Amino acid sequence: MLNKIKASLEDAIAPIQDGASIIVSGFGEAGVPYELMNAIIDKDLKELVIIANNAGTFDRGIAAMIRQGRVRKVICSHPRPPNSEAFAEAYKAGKIELECMPQGTLAERLRAAGAGLGPFFTPTGYGTLIAEGKEQRVIDGKGYILEQPLSGDFALIKADKGDRWGNLTYRFAQRQFGPVMSMAGKHTIVQVREIVELGTLDPQYIMTPGIFVDAVVQTGASK
Amino acid sequence: MSNYQSLNRLEIAYLVAQHFEDGAVVNLGIGMPTQVSNYLPKDKEILLHSENGILGMGRNAEGDEVDWDLINASRTPITLVPGASICEHTTAFAMMRGGHLDYSVLGGFQVAANGDLANWMTIEPNAIAAIGGAMDLAIGAKSVIVTMDHVAKDGSPKLLEQCTYPLTGIGVVKHVYTDLAIVAVKAGEFIVRALLDGLSFDELQSKTGAPLRRAENMSVIKRGADGQLSF
Repeated sequence: MLNKIKASLEDAIAPIQDGASIIVSGFGEAGVPYELMNAIIDKDLKELVIIANNAGTFDRGIAAMIRQGRVRKVICSHPRPPNSEAFAEAYKAGKIELECMPQGTLAERLRAAGAGLGPFFTPTGYGTLIAEGKEQRVIDGKGYILEQPLSGDFALIKADKGDRWGNLTYRFAQRQFGPVMSMAGKHTIVQVREIVELGTLDPQYIMTPGIFVDAVVQTGASK
Repeated sequence: MSNYQSLNRLEIAYLVAQHFEDGAVVNLGIGMPTQVSNYLPKDKEILLHSENGILGMGRNAEGDEVDWDLINASRTPITLVPGASICEHTTAFAMMRGGHLDYSVLGGFQVAANGDLANWMTIEPNAIAAIGGAMDLAIGAKSVIVTMDHVAKDGSPKLLEQCTYPLTGIGVVKHVYTDLAIVAVKAGEFIVRALLDGLSFDELQSKTGAPLRRAENMSVIKRGADGQLSF
């Protein structure tokens, strides 16, 4: 029987080891898997590489991991939204590395990895600092830079509903990075508000097919 | 000496909101551009895009409407208009890069006469890079509008021959709305489309780091007795 449901957050994150690269979903406060990250903090993991849109805000989630010195490097598009002091302090103290890229490039690099594609040409960033060290090419009069696929050892995702096969739905703007990050993780762990019986989710409206998911754990409505 | 009162941020937002035609699809960047949504003309259907996967963004949510799964790029809870759609991230950015978006309104540190935009990183020591959606928005939208003060806090010009800060996109800016003027960027030139009432063209030029040209039909931005702007 195909059953990806885990009984606890601890069980769900059990495969994660020190030094892992971990993709983390979320944009603003929507779709952030705080409960999974809390479980990682409790496990005392170190030297982590975090791949996410931001580098954490306030003292929760990624910011809490940074405060505790668990994170070696952040790969993201926007490390300084309001209330991102945890990252800024660690960065200015030389305690953390940053790889910053355009948000659409981040999403597409994740997609390329998840979809089995190689490097791709994007016009975003052509002629700017982020093009340095990358192949640049003009095709039909338009400039492009070559970007590499980006995968992670693990992906932590927050979704709304899931079933034992790993099929997922998301609420409103909780969706954003969820589908593409689920694809890009070599081992994708999802926290859902509610686990439902197989066959309950309408096949027409499943947003992440279960094939991209390895573990599902129910957390209830979180804040 | 001329006598003028610079436009405040809400007034700049009002002017930008009058820029769009009926049916336009617009992305409003974080910061000052977000305010534009408050002044969109009621007689036009203007569709707002948000980089976190929303097409058809409505006004900010109030009271019971607040749902933290429904926010905009500035992380503010919002509502949806009838006909709105939600998508995942690569689709939201395909809308930009694929040239499907009519306008992108962005904040700016500097704009050059060749249309170059700098708005993601200063050159101060220890500055932290932060790109977000800005580079995709800068190269993707059919028309890029920048809103910013005409000069920096230290009085130095932000409209320049060449940007001195790291670039966000090259040759992308079509229009700049500042607290002093509305400036088109065309064929390597700044063309003043409208000038704030009480400010002379020469004075505007003295606050600008590249030559300005008067548009043939250059207008004056006036405040009515009720504060209503016209131009």
